[in-house]
Amino acid sequence: MTPLIEFRNLYKIYRMGDNIVRAVDGISLGIYPGEFVAIVGQSGSGKSTCMNIIGCLDVPTSGEYLLNGQNVGRMDDNALAEVRGRMIGFIFQQYNLLPKLNVQENVEVSMMYAGLPRKVRAERAREALARVGLADKLQNRPNQLSGGQQQRVSIARALVGRPSVILADEPTGALDSKTGREVLSLLQQLHREGNTIVLITHDPSIAAEAPRVIRLADGRVVSDGPAEESPTGSVKGGE
Amino acid sequence: MRLYQSFLLALKNILTSKVRAMLTMLGIIIGVSGVMVIIGMGNGMENYMKSSFKSLGTDLLNVTIIGTGTSKNVGVDDMYQLVYDNPAYLKDITPSVMVPGSVKIGSASLDSTSVSGVSETYAAMKKYGLAGGRFLRYADVESRSSVCVVGSYITKMWFNGDAVGKTIRLNGTAFTIVGALEEQSESEEGGSDDAVYIPYSTAARMTSTGTITSYSFQIVSEDDVAQSKKIVGDALYKVYGTKDAYSIISMSEMLSMMTTMLNVLVTVLAAIAAISLVVGGIGIMNIMLVSVSERTREIGIRKALGAKQRHIMQQFVIEAATLSALGGLVGIGFGYLLSALATVILKQVLDPNLAVVPSLPSILIAFGISAAIGILFGYLPARKAARLNPIDALRYE
Repeated sequence: MTPLIEFRNLYKIYRMGDNIVRAVDGISLGIYPGEFVAIVGQSGSGKSTCMNIIGCLDVPTSGEYLLNGQNVGRMDDNALAEVRGRMIGFIFQQYNLLPKLNVQENVEVSMMYAGLPRKVRAERAREALARVGLADKLQNRPNQLSGGQQQRVSIARALVGRPSVILADEPTGALDSKTGREVLSLLQQLHREGNTIVLITHDPSIAAEAPRVIRLADGRVVSDGPAEESPTGSVKGGE
Repeated sequence: MRLYQSFLLALKNILTSKVRAMLTMLGIIIGVSGVMVIIGMGNGMENYMKSSFKSLGTDLLNVTIIGTGTSKNVGVDDMYQLVYDNPAYLKDITPSVMVPGSVKIGSASLDSTSVSGVSETYAAMKKYGLAGGRFLRYADVESRSSVCVVGSYITKMWFNGDAVGKTIRLNGTAFTIVGALEEQSESEEGGSDDAVYIPYSTAARMTSTGTITSYSFQIVSEDDVAQSKKIVGDALYKVYGTKDAYSIISMSEMLSMMTTMLNVLVTVLAAIAAISLVVGGIGIMNIMLVSVSERTREIGIRKALGAKQRHIMQQFVIEAATLSALGGLVGIGFGYLLSALATVILKQVLDPNLAVVPSLPSILIAFGISAAIGILFGYLPARKAARLNPIDALRYE
């Protein structure tokens, strides 16, 4: 089986003033369809840069990133936008819902850019919102919802385009532990239904929810394996 | 993403900040309504001029003989002969003699009343109708009778509406009023209704020189003004040998000259008003740039969700165009209001026949320009938005 996400000796190097920052310093890895992977690391470990590259928001300085066999690193702005719309479902820490649109319209945005007809969009949006338990909030504005509800809207938005990868960036970061737990169990449920999920977090206990945990430090992979080994060790490593 | 979706989104965004949108549109509103009112005024003026020239007769050639100081001269018969010889161009003629002097009714003096000596066909040429009695006749001209026809001002003000059969004294001579004309304009003192018409032969005797020096030709078709003018000019040139001895003025030529001048004036004024459109466009660009920075995060989210550069571009250009087109619409409404107001004021202050008439083409052009300005000045901010880096845009607070 070929990996859905494949990094081949990937580098991302910035220049910040006089300093050269090696945000991703030679990473090779593969994530297969149906996997639930957590990428964990302290701030500055390169996990955000990895997420940006996986999400096609950024391109590597060198090395190759293959998404479903396609070399994304060579694509221009518009082609990247197309890939994002078609293959990636984003879940952000700050939800990133559009405040002027209601819940249903928010979920429809990516389908609008994909050019789906109005009827199909509405139908799929309602379906996705029902799945996250918000069937009765279609017409509400984001600011009328609680944080947990808003995050569930953004999960519905990520799901609705039937993406190859759901990319969750600190999805529980802005939530209290109870609602955070609900969001995580929702992600696990999505995983059981066959979705590929990549979870980015700084918190090892949250990373432990994923069957496979990739730990990063200084732009390199320090460990990659089943979650059971990580929690205690990574707390220490994070100090 | 289709255009109408962008349009709905733009309306939504504009409606969420109404005050700002209104202030932004102000320049466009002023520009559009300004251009509209100025062109409307021009139209009104042109209509006014056309109708007043029409009452003077755009189918008339007015000929004034200055002479050369020698015995060479043209008489009334020569002029009449010209009309008989050129039936394809000239339809009729009347000599017209201005009579200086006093007009008296009883012991009262009428200072502003004009007295003209004309032929029996004058009323028909000028399309004057009769309110009572008859117009001058050929026999009156032949016998140099002391009869006259009076305008409606005199009938109304001096004879209580019944002037026929009464007497009026011109330079001391008593004239019997044989007819009263219908009202031409407003029966005002000194206007075209404050006039007395006597036979030209009688009038010629009352002037110092005793000769007739001006004529009005009626032409067959206004399209042949130039040719008709040439026929009369050639005949006069043959007699006098110099163009300085006479002048021929055609009302329709004068009208077209004045219309041209008016159009130049209106174009210049409209161009000045249009500067406001440019200023308004810059205002729109300014607010769109602000809007792009305010909505950086939104742009980032949209890009993360698959929006391409052209989607973002389209969204912002359409928002700018919608904003300025809305301004255009409000401007058109405002322009109509101003036109109506200006019409009321002009009628009160200047002349009841004046009006501000907004024309449909000028309105369409003003609206088109305002929408185009939105696209033009929305382009730069939209391009800025479209080129934002999604990572930076998502991180923007």
